[in-house]
Amino acid sequence: MKHISDQWQLFGQSLPSRLLIGSALYPSPSIMCDAIRTSGASVVTVSLRRQAPQHQGGNDFWALLKELDCQLLPNTAGCHSVQEATTMAQMCREIFHTDWIKLELIGDDYNLQPDPIALLQASEILVKDGFKVFPYCTDDLVICRRLIDVGCEVLMPWAAPIGTGKGIINPYALTTLRERLPSIPLIVDAGIGLPSHACQAMELGYDGVLLNSAVAQAGDPVNMAAAFSSAVSAGRQAYLANPMVEKNIAAPSTPTLGTPFWHQDS
Amino acid sequence: MTTQVLINDQPVTLQKGQTLADILDEYGTQEPFVVALNQTFVPRSCYAQQTLQNGDCIEVLQPIQGG
Repeated sequence: MKHISDQWQLFGQSLPSRLLIGSALYPSPSIMCDAIRTSGASVVTVSLRRQAPQHQGGNDFWALLKELDCQLLPNTAGCHSVQEATTMAQMCREIFHTDWIKLELIGDDYNLQPDPIALLQASEILVKDGFKVFPYCTDDLVICRRLIDVGCEVLMPWAAPIGTGKGIINPYALTTLRERLPSIPLIVDAGIGLPSHACQAMELGYDGVLLNSAVAQAGDPVNMAAAFSSAVSAGRQAYLANPMVEKNIAAPSTPTLGTPFWHQDS
Repeated sequence: MTTQVLINDQPVTLQKGQTLADILDEYGTQEPFVVALNQTFVPRSCYAQQTLQNGDCIEVLQPIQGG
């Protein structure tokens, strides 16, 4: 089988995989490391929380991150205001030594839906401050356009609310985004539950998929990581191979010329 | 009057002249960590010069797993 040549870069950095993966919710640190390595993901999301000096957890996790040797994508998970998110982004930049930031600004605690107004404001501030902003956003086309207007070079629309595993709940919206923003790297982030969901996103022409719970909360995270790796590759390969156009009228695949005796009068 | 600051929501009594660097040391912070004061990021290079006032809120954060 001949694979189509498919280089991918984000902010000038070549990435060997179109799968981005989270580091949370794994049964153990060793399973986390095994799953991330097996996934082939070259970008790993991380975060910040309060330090309790009596516990050494942060130091242990730091050591594991260094072993993984992946591009880190820190997030602003848990932030509900522009001030919180911009401060956390600055803190992430210092400690993780990267200007990449997955900007999460939650507007509702039930479905963890991004606050589009605050997201725009924070994105503008952070882009001006030199950050490479990866905004976690909804699939609203106009909000996505506004995010580009304020300087975002990558967008990360959700497939479904974080941690639900529902897959792509609005394929029309994601398809529209792809069609209307052909030159912007688009990464589906959140809501993926199965490899088929990731494959579907890639078949739609998305540039990448970011997921965490689907692997970390599987019964066997390492094998699920392998499944997602294959699914993302398959979906990308299918997109590049230009899928057939869907039709409503059936068309026989076996040649009709020379069909024997029956149905000849129909 | 006793001067107090909050570090990760825990009250800590501030001695006269203590800077942010002093109070972080007293709290027992362990590398790696990063700090915000009253919801504003404080670069590491500024800890030793950063003065504190009664009621200041200090956040000391560390890397953790994230999605």
